[in-house]
Amino acid sequence: MRVSRRDFLGATGALAVTGSLGSVGAFAQGKDILLGSVLDNSGNLDIYGKPMVMATTLAVEELNAAGGLLGRKIKAIQYDTQSDIALYTKFAQQLARTDKVDVVHGGITSASREAIRQTFKRANTLYFYNVLYEGGVCDRNCVVTGTTPAQAVEPIVDYAMKKWGNKVVILAADYNYGQITAKWLQYYIKERKGTVASTDFFPLDVADFGSTIAKIQQASPNFVVAALVGGAHMAFFRQWAASGMNKKIPLTSTTFGVGNEHLALSPAEGDGIVIAGNYSQEAQSPANQEFLGRWKKRFGDTKIVHEIAVSQYQGIYAWAAAVKKAGSLEREAMLKAVESGISIEGPAGTVTIDPKTHHAALDIHLMEVKNQKLTIINTVKQRPPADTAQYCDLIKNPNDNKQYEVKI
Amino acid sequence: MDYAAVVILEILYMISFIALVSAGLAVVFGMMRVINLAHGEFVMLGGYTTLACQRAGIDLWFSMLVIAPIVVGLVGLIVERLVIRFLYGRMIDTMLATWGLSLLLIGIVTLIFGSSAVNVPTPIPGYQLGAYQMGGYNLFIIGVTIALYIGMWLVLRYTRLGLIARGAMQNADIASALGYNPRTVYMVTFTIGAALSGFAGGVLAPLTGLLPASGGGYIAESFIAVITGGAGAVISGTLASSVLFGTISQVVSFASGPVLGDIVMLALAIVLLRLMPTGISGRFFRNSQ
Repeated sequence: MRVSRRDFLGATGALAVTGSLGSVGAFAQGKDILLGSVLDNSGNLDIYGKPMVMATTLAVEELNAAGGLLGRKIKAIQYDTQSDIALYTKFAQQLARTDKVDVVHGGITSASREAIRQTFKRANTLYFYNVLYEGGVCDRNCVVTGTTPAQAVEPIVDYAMKKWGNKVVILAADYNYGQITAKWLQYYIKERKGTVASTDFFPLDVADFGSTIAKIQQASPNFVVAALVGGAHMAFFRQWAASGMNKKIPLTSTTFGVGNEHLALSPAEGDGIVIAGNYSQEAQSPANQEFLGRWKKRFGDTKIVHEIAVSQYQGIYAWAAAVKKAGSLEREAMLKAVESGISIEGPAGTVTIDPKTHHAALDIHLMEVKNQKLTIINTVKQRPPADTAQYCDLIKNPNDNKQYEVKI
Repeated sequence: MDYAAVVILEILYMISFIALVSAGLAVVFGMMRVINLAHGEFVMLGGYTTLACQRAGIDLWFSMLVIAPIVVGLVGLIVERLVIRFLYGRMIDTMLATWGLSLLLIGIVTLIFGSSAVNVPTPIPGYQLGAYQMGGYNLFIIGVTIALYIGMWLVLRYTRLGLIARGAMQNADIASALGYNPRTVYMVTFTIGAALSGFAGGVLAPLTGLLPASGGGYIAESFIAVITGGAGAVISGTLASSVLFGTISQVVSFASGPVLGDIVMLALAIVLLRLMPTGISGRFFRNSQ
């Protein structure tokens, strides 16, 4: 990607302006509805964050062009957390205490979400987390529009075990997302009478998988599930292909494609990897084609659009639907609206917020990487977040504030 | 049996990996006592040079083996002329300056190439070893590292350049009294060190992939290897510590996982430096290169 000096100055200038106007704006333009975001627009995780920031901009501009909400304009206050957890805490405080925003859409890794979630809960600032994750967050102040293991992990296990067999090796990133997702994987595999030959965790900076690949071969599983995250872990997929393993043991992943990893690998390296998720650019629905058209008109290139950018976009529209329904931004009215089962049509299909869990029922595609594209094998409409629903009922226990994990 | 061969090959690969990324640092630190914290970024630059050449349609082998070291060597030369030469003998200042330099290089590469992971295709296919499928490119890295160290040894041992370099290293004042300007020797040495780092980056790019921040991943291993090896002997010290750390970390990785492998390696480095403050070479190979 090329960045001209003008783009660079424009972007940094805009950032400086939003940063400095944030506190003043709350008084000077009291009429605007303030939508805050904390996302990694630079650094190691910007492959995820950049398109999410663009999606936020696009959604807010579209809502404003359509007349805003409650007759008021929406103003986005977006902070760049630079892939640094410490900045999440800092900017979350700023959004909640100084800017006093009406809603926050943000957080990418599960570590970042847990760093800011309680801040917004204490400040009574409604919080939307729009990224696929390990499930289980039960918090009335928090709405999740990304997929959970029951939605995007179980279909992979189901498909792969029917197709290839019972013996599985799990590789996962070593932080809360990978650890909890690995537990769900073990749960779903055992439920289907399969065996987990081994489960290995990798810190985010590990880039050498030689011994891992040799150990996988010694275990000789029927297939491998990779819940790996970030730029360094990409090396696994490359080394897997370089050793020729991609022709021998089938590979599936719970995260691959979310950061457009399929574009970074050559077709020979990426072909055949099976994934599941809410979004593929290949989806032929009119909603998706129109969305990509609008994106192209606004930003030029649609190549970088990925699932969590679309989730962020849908999250903002789901929030807008709740605002319209509530007719006010007042907290109880908003929570009631969220818990009335609001539903929107997004680029990735219908998004219906489940009142009990504040999670979303989503359309889930089982996909295979083919020639740098996410080709859809089959689609299940409106798959519910059944994992979180096992433990969480916010209608019955509105004061619950916990992340549940599966017991195995 | 096959598995034993696989483990041995992976150990050899890890030894080569450490020796390869440490070579440039060993030359710069061993000969000049300059702590170059931008070492990892020189390696990263070598990778990106290879990527840029490969995208421009230049043969991949030529890009990584020839262009990458030349380009990064030139970068090293510029850096030496503009920054390092004013800071000889001021270790803390050099660390600060090269730390800033590393941030600058990361920033520049991010502006040009973006900060997403990019990929150089692996030019050698995998092969079959008994029941196991292995990465063919790993063998190439092992071979290249052996060739590199033999080449370095020959240059230091048998050429005039090597003699002058060793002389300046042992005693800069005497070398200067004999008519060799140590500043010129340092300039050439730093350039060669940078070129070696660029070479390592080019050769490793197809295996690890590239990120502007990926230099950070090399710096810990290479510093541990070079410091533990000892500054007195560029080749034997670095090789000895590479063999030691490569073997230990890979054996532990096979036995448990990569996390414990790294921990054991770091713990071992601390213990070794406590027992042998001048490094392995300071204790065992006092009279070698």
